[in-house]
Amino acid sequence: MTLLTLELFLVVAGVVVLAVAASIARDASHPRRWGAAAFWALLALALIGGKQLPPMAVGYGLLAMTLLAATRQVEAPGFAAFDPAAIDADVARLRNRLVWPVVLVPVIAIAAGFALPLVRGAGFVLVDPKQGSLVGIGLGCVCAMVVALRVTRERPAPAVAEGGRLLQLLGWTLLLPPMLAALGGIFAKAGVGEVIAQYVAAVLPVQLPVAAVVAYCAGMALFTILLGNAFAAFPVMTLGVGLPFIVQQHGGNPAIMGALGMLSGYCGTLVTPMAANFNLVPVKLLELPDDYAVIRAQAPFAAAIWVFNVTAMAACVYRF
Amino acid sequence: MIKLIGIVVVAVGFALRLNTLLVVVLAAIVTGLVAGFSFHEIMRLAGQYFIDNRFMVLPVILMVPVVGVLERHGLQERVASLMRQSRAATAGRVLWFYQALREVTSMVGLSVGNHAAMVRPLVAPMAEGAADVEARPGAAHGAAATIRAHAAASENVGNFFADDIFVAVGALLLIKGFFDAVGVEVALRDIQLWSLPTALWAMAVGWWRYRVLDRRLARTAREPGRVVDSPK
Repeated sequence: MTLLTLELFLVVAGVVVLAVAASIARDASHPRRWGAAAFWALLALALIGGKQLPPMAVGYGLLAMTLLAATRQVEAPGFAAFDPAAIDADVARLRNRLVWPVVLVPVIAIAAGFALPLVRGAGFVLVDPKQGSLVGIGLGCVCAMVVALRVTRERPAPAVAEGGRLLQLLGWTLLLPPMLAALGGIFAKAGVGEVIAQYVAAVLPVQLPVAAVVAYCAGMALFTILLGNAFAAFPVMTLGVGLPFIVQQHGGNPAIMGALGMLSGYCGTLVTPMAANFNLVPVKLLELPDDYAVIRAQAPFAAAIWVFNVTAMAACVYRF
Repeated sequence: MIKLIGIVVVAVGFALRLNTLLVVVLAAIVTGLVAGFSFHEIMRLAGQYFIDNRFMVLPVILMVPVVGVLERHGLQERVASLMRQSRAATAGRVLWFYQALREVTSMVGLSVGNHAAMVRPLVAPMAEGAADVEARPGAAHGAAATIRAHAAASENVGNFFADDIFVAVGALLLIKGFFDAVGVEVALRDIQLWSLPTALWAMAVGWWRYRVLDRRLARTAREPGRVVDSPK
């Protein structure tokens, strides 16, 4: 029996989202009151219900949320700016106490991630080791919330309002990471990856050792751009191109190929809107004017690192 | 061949700038239908995958109330003013330092942050403060937008390219597990060793990119009569 489960923190998150939905429903000045409230209530239900709900019902719920998002019901309303004078007075009074709760989160997350899985007794464990780091983050956030409320002397209701402000800025992008995981799963079930690997192998002259390296690294980056996930690209490209050509035909070193191949995939992650949690969520979270602002800042990184990976693999994979 | 139609849907959807969530759901439905699943079955699969992966939203949802409350009382302003006092700090140096911190902690298998927990409350206002750009929560334009986009980049680059080089927890175990499953013998130590050069190279690329950022900010600040933060 596990005492602190991930499910527990998902329920806490669901309750936060439900409170946000309720506050939107009560807000007569909200421009898209009912559509937005319905969206957040459905998300809360999926988070709280989780494994108890029939998957098909969750699927149709997701479809409904998608339609609400596509019809612009979930766009954030304009929020009033804070009063600069009040803020400056608070800053002068609270000083570094404002910063500590934020620093507390990674400290608790790391300490709890290490320590909690060690606590076990007859017939129970405190935390499943596989969930240790996520439970640690959840615990860190809950502790930081308590400290933040004490420091600012706020009551929980304004915390929900402020959290709701940021959640509405994120809006439907919050749903993208799990939905892209679902798309990846459906692609995998339909056998999309194998088809791509066949094409890459057929189009490029993989009989040449260096061409095989370029094809593999390009395939990793390309497939990651299309699916938004290097972990999904890795088995497909390695089975379709890496192993048969680099390792088996040309006698390359699989450890070098695997390490640099995965890192080439990450270069794709840096430039694709499909990697929503890395590239699109921060655009909303940082309130940037252009959806592709983060990708644009990352593109030179991706190019420079990809070229380095290909060069390093071509120079070393057949030598060591 | 027809199986790739989902990817075509994604490409066309992005080209037409349709809602990303809608594009993803349409791609899933079309791919599922082509592969011979019924509509109910696709909805069941999507629901199941969502349930299995819903933990992905947990760090963001639990973190935003904390950040929201603190920024109502001036978190960003405080962080920025701490940086403004330092003469040596520039936006680029702050971001290079954060990327280095992120890489070093990733190497030992620790994750110190993400966009909600570190970048919005700390890293972005630190960089804005160092560049003497006014750091307030709210929409960003001009120099502030450029700095924030690079702050997100420093988080992602630091997160990706130094994955568990000394303590393997994530990606390297996946690589090792894959090779084990297909019967190719590979030592975990070798995968770790060959990941190290790219981690160092990513730091070098960061040094270059953040210098470019600093130069750009300095140039904008020097240009007479030009307001850095004018809203569009």
